[in-house]
Amino acid sequence: MKKKELKTAGLKLSKNFKMMIPMLIGILLLVALAITAVPIEFYTTIFTGNVFIDSVIGAIFGSIAVGSPINSYIIGGELAVNGISLFAITAFMVSWVSVGIIQFPAESMSFGKKFAITRNVVSFILSIFVAVVVVLTMGAIS
Amino acid sequence: MKIPKEWRFLLVVLAIYAIIGIFNYSVFENAALKFGYLLIEILPTIAVVFGLLFVANLLFTPKKVIKHLGKGSGIKGWLMMIVGGVISTGPAYIWYPLLKDLREHGMKNSLISGFIYSRAIKLPFLPIMIVYFGWEFTVILTIYMAIFSVINGIIVEKIVG
Repeated sequence: MKKKELKTAGLKLSKNFKMMIPMLIGILLLVALAITAVPIEFYTTIFTGNVFIDSVIGAIFGSIAVGSPINSYIIGGELAVNGISLFAITAFMVSWVSVGIIQFPAESMSFGKKFAITRNVVSFILSIFVAVVVVLTMGAIS
Repeated sequence: MKIPKEWRFLLVVLAIYAIIGIFNYSVFENAALKFGYLLIEILPTIAVVFGLLFVANLLFTPKKVIKHLGKGSGIKGWLMMIVGGVISTGPAYIWYPLLKDLREHGMKNSLISGFIYSRAIKLPFLPIMIVYFGWEFTVILTIYMAIFSVINGIIVEKIVG
């Protein structure tokens, strides 16, 4: 491998690094703040009992929430114990990982505002679709 | 002097912390501690991502990226996207620099969007999901997430181009 190629790749990496580090630190600070400000118990208090409305509420709160997917499984498990519908729980868990309101500034800076808005809106709508087909499939095979 | 947008974003977040620190020191302190834990947790993944970025800068020419992840990549491109999304670790935003770089080399928007979506399938976490929701639910959700990552990518590509 040529020395010049290594140097070019290194220079490009340092440029990427300089651009991404302030953004990553900013996002991590926001994520830390969101996790601190919204306790896990809060999620059990937001549902209404209506399957459709709860699915939308689940998707909305999943979109805002941040953290490891494990947290969404644990919260989802707690919601199931409290009698929340599987539609709402599935929409919540799917949007938790596929939609990122907190990460939006970083996504927008990396891929452009149009891409970030489109991807998040499409993922939000699909989280409700996924919830519906998963629960219907489960109903059909059991 | 004009401040770059990524620094402007960080300054805004720091200003939010400063305001919270004035009005509610306990939240400020807990959030700052949480930030420290999160940073330590993701540092190894950041190192992996920047390592991959270096390799990508070194090996991937626009021609190669377009061949495997560009417009004519077909089913192979989709499979690479799903597998890449599933095996990638850490939060999605850590992967943005690498995806941005690959897009500049010719990667399709559909595959970027699909990659981010398919990251929802996390194999190491599935046993925990099984404990809470059972085998049936976990398998069905995982299969649908893989299918919908492709649908997500196609829709985003149609809208964004």
